[in-house]
Amino acid sequence: MSKTISQFDWLTIFIYILLVTIGWVNIYSASLDDTATSFFDTSQIYGKQFMWIMLSIFLIVILLSLEAKFYERFSSVIYIFSLISILGLFFFGKTINGATSWYVFGGFSIQPAEFAKVATALALSKFVSDIQTNIQNIGDQFKALVIIALPALIILPQPDAGSAMVYAAFFFPLYREGLSGVYLLAGSLGILVFVMTLVFSPVWVSIGATVMVILSYFFRKKKRPGAIAYLSILLMAVAISFSVDYVFENVFEQRHRDRFNIVLGKEVDNRGIGYNTNQSEIAIGSGSWFGKGWTEGTQTKGNFVPEQHTDYIFSTVGEEWGFVGSTVVVLLFVFLILRIIHLAERQKSQFNRVYGYSVAGILFVHFFVNIGMVIGVFPTVGIPLPFFSYGGSGLWAFTILLFIFIKLDADRMSFW
Amino acid sequence: MRKILLYLIVITSGLIFLARLFYLQVLDDSFVGRSENNAIKVVYDYPQRGFIFDRHGELLVSNQPSYDVMVIPRNLKPFDTTELCNILSITPEQLVSRLDKAKIYSPRLPSVVIPQLTKSEYAYLGEKMRNYEGFYIQKRSLRDYYTENGANVLGYITEVNQRIVNENPYYLSGDLIGKQGVEGYYEELLRGIKGVKYIQKDRFNRDIGAYKDGIYDTLPKKGKDLTITIDAELQKYGELLMENKRGGIIAIEPATGEILAMVTAPNYDPAELVGRQRSANFTKLYYDTIAKPLYDRALLAEYPPGSPFKVVNALIGLQEGIVNTHERFSCHGGYFYGRGRKMGCHPHASPLDMVPGIAQSCNAYFANVYRRIIEKYPTPQEGVDTWANHLKSFGLGDYLGSDLSTGRPGKIPTSKYYNAIYNYPTYKWFSTATISNAIGQGEVLMTPIQLANMTAAIANRGWFYTPHILKEIDGNPIKIKEFTEKKYTTIDAKHFDPVIEGMHQVYKAGTASALQIPGIEIAGKTGTAENFTRINGKRVQLTDHSIFVAFAPVDNPKIAMAVFVENGYWGGRYAGRIAGLMIEKYLKGEVTRTDMEKWILTHSLEEEYAKPYSGEPFRINQ
Repeated sequence: MSKTISQFDWLTIFIYILLVTIGWVNIYSASLDDTATSFFDTSQIYGKQFMWIMLSIFLIVILLSLEAKFYERFSSVIYIFSLISILGLFFFGKTINGATSWYVFGGFSIQPAEFAKVATALALSKFVSDIQTNIQNIGDQFKALVIIALPALIILPQPDAGSAMVYAAFFFPLYREGLSGVYLLAGSLGILVFVMTLVFSPVWVSIGATVMVILSYFFRKKKRPGAIAYLSILLMAVAISFSVDYVFENVFEQRHRDRFNIVLGKEVDNRGIGYNTNQSEIAIGSGSWFGKGWTEGTQTKGNFVPEQHTDYIFSTVGEEWGFVGSTVVVLLFVFLILRIIHLAERQKSQFNRVYGYSVAGILFVHFFVNIGMVIGVFPTVGIPLPFFSYGGSGLWAFTILLFIFIKLDADRMSFW
Repeated sequence: MRKILLYLIVITSGLIFLARLFYLQVLDDSFVGRSENNAIKVVYDYPQRGFIFDRHGELLVSNQPSYDVMVIPRNLKPFDTTELCNILSITPEQLVSRLDKAKIYSPRLPSVVIPQLTKSEYAYLGEKMRNYEGFYIQKRSLRDYYTENGANVLGYITEVNQRIVNENPYYLSGDLIGKQGVEGYYEELLRGIKGVKYIQKDRFNRDIGAYKDGIYDTLPKKGKDLTITIDAELQKYGELLMENKRGGIIAIEPATGEILAMVTAPNYDPAELVGRQRSANFTKLYYDTIAKPLYDRALLAEYPPGSPFKVVNALIGLQEGIVNTHERFSCHGGYFYGRGRKMGCHPHASPLDMVPGIAQSCNAYFANVYRRIIEKYPTPQEGVDTWANHLKSFGLGDYLGSDLSTGRPGKIPTSKYYNAIYNYPTYKWFSTATISNAIGQGEVLMTPIQLANMTAAIANRGWFYTPHILKEIDGNPIKIKEFTEKKYTTIDAKHFDPVIEGMHQVYKAGTASALQIPGIEIAGKTGTAENFTRINGKRVQLTDHSIFVAFAPVDNPKIAMAVFVENGYWGGRYAGRIAGLMIEKYLKGEVTRTDMEKWILTHSLEEEYAKPYSGEPFRINQ
């Protein structure tokens, strides 16, 4: 055991501890009110979070004590159990804030969708690392897609679009394992066409696409796809553009349209749908270089930013710790994700690598979507900031996600 | 590529976030202010306004609580209009128009709906207003008067207007500010300094405690208590005597320059400009353009001084050495100058030297003296300017610089003035053109306070303190240089004795010999000033103004005063009697000439004042 301890990647663990601690400090500030008694009062939000953090230590010990092979071996069982747990929500779930995503046991509630990400990562790693699987094979690609999409599709109607969206993160391990770059290119072009259509009209996007395609056709290198391929890409782009326009105007509800329009700067509505983003920007913007100091944030104290201790926790960092503090947090996340990618790359086992990439991808999507939303560069999508946002399920799920990988990494040498 | 894609994306995203954060937090400053508007409420704590006492420590003005019904239009919820109108006792139209006005001012800031409710009205309303969201009641402090007199002395307080709010950052809409009189001039002493509290709000605009535990909060500082120089008894008596008359009275203590009484008539009760009826009363006073009760005649009315002006001409004559006290001038029913023109005079013995000249107020005597003053110099320009400079040393012809919030310069003509009106050098002018100055008619104009100050300077034999109204601040005597430094006239002290003797003779045997007050020696001078008005564009002469200046006792002057009574005919008739009664009242504390008092109290000039407005021909000086 002592040998294994020295093999844990203590740098990752250190960043984890930093993030959880900083997170709690900010939750304390965001949820502080006049009735405050002690730091650990479990009737208070910060007290509860403190309890979750303490229980995480217990959880970590268990996770690291289990045999590394356990995770690979039982991945299918865990995945199926997880699917059942999110399916069960349709029958036994409790609705909180409009989403039926919770099981309630006594005073505690659990959000199984948070844990489903871990299960999916394990199942996908198991599938991709199978000796039989070739990810360049269309059939296997489809099977992988089913593994990923199944939990996402179950979560989507609960409704929890944010959590469902996170499953896009599994593109990263698949790409790493040999998925064709065409998907990446097509995805990127699709997103580009989508955004452009919202900013400009489909007609202009079509004209632009035509010009681009013609130019790249004539400047193509030798032995590249022929004219038909270019033509089909152009047709796809035009088709997407017009259908996006149609979907946006006729299928989306106004609240969806608003979220996009606000980020694109096409609409300013600081009282209604834009309120959250506007208040959060005011809070962050008023922090200046060094912030207003811990528990001194006027926006935070005034509860101007909704959901501040959960999805908008980063606005407290911005207001009370300023540019310096928010830079530290952003860099910690960036380093953590880069470190995980680095660790994943050094794995000899494909299972470990796929899993590592899944962890990095999931953390990245959460990081990107959450902070992007809080600082107003991404539409409002409600997903938590890993290790930061208040919530036992979220904290535990991310802890499990990360520490399974730390265990796998520590065990990499003895794998074969 | 497969190995570095995620690296690249993570690093790029991190950089985008840092750039965005740098923009939000460092480059764009607008968020800081928006955050403060958003989250911090500023509440002001108004201090008690300073009290005002009279020179004997009698309380004149204190404070009473008052309550304004305020509205924040944005917070309004639908309510029962009829019921609210009944509670506030206003009509629905008034309510609607006030709410509209409030909305135009600001939907988010409070506006006054009903100002200045009394305590008992508040007791009734306080509970009921809670049911009306968007309305609330703001406590303020209003003036409480212990005197019915001296409204012009005290001034009043009123809500600041938009111009003041724009110019002076101390004041906020709805604040009160002193206007006119002591309230206006000493506003900054009386108001104190309001305290500030910063309150942290939450997103529902609820207070959730002091911002930063109140480190930026300040306590209000109470306003200073002022003791003014006014003798409340004398002021009250002066106002009583001036009832049914128009004009102004100023009484000064010559040894200090302190203003003992400052009466303007007609006047009003200061309490009229407090409370719910304030607006209606103010409008009524403001639009009385005939009697002008808001017009402080004691400070603002510029009258021709008439005969009291002869006294200074005598002093200038002595100082310039062109006349001595023994030289006699004869009077043939007036003074004749060039081509048969004549300045008339009343019957009296002739010839006269200086003392009887003053006592009998002989026009011819002073015409001679005046001509000699002017003609002493090679040109009439130099003569007039020398004469004018002597007068200016008495505080005439310019603002006095007192601590009264209003005033007028009066007029002392100079060579520049005459050159302009006679179109010099195309046409020349000589001393005779300005001869009316000899007897205080013509171009000379003075306010009652200037005339009283001139009298005080004579009583002091050549110096005065600038008249002032402030005596003590929080019980400490003032040390304001302007009011504690003697100002000397250009006349040597030795020249005053014969002139004062002349004024004493006015009282003993001259034009004011009817005023005898047992035991008090008065030096005085009557005045009867011709005056004119315009009716339908025509210059019409009205009954003369009755003027009297006096100081007493002659040997040790305790009071110097000037009395103007508009259209009161000759000097001794109204002004002399009033001056005599006030001097006795001040020096003895009681009035023994009850016959004279009765005459004044039973005589009204209202009929005289109505004449020019009757539309019919009328006679004057009857």
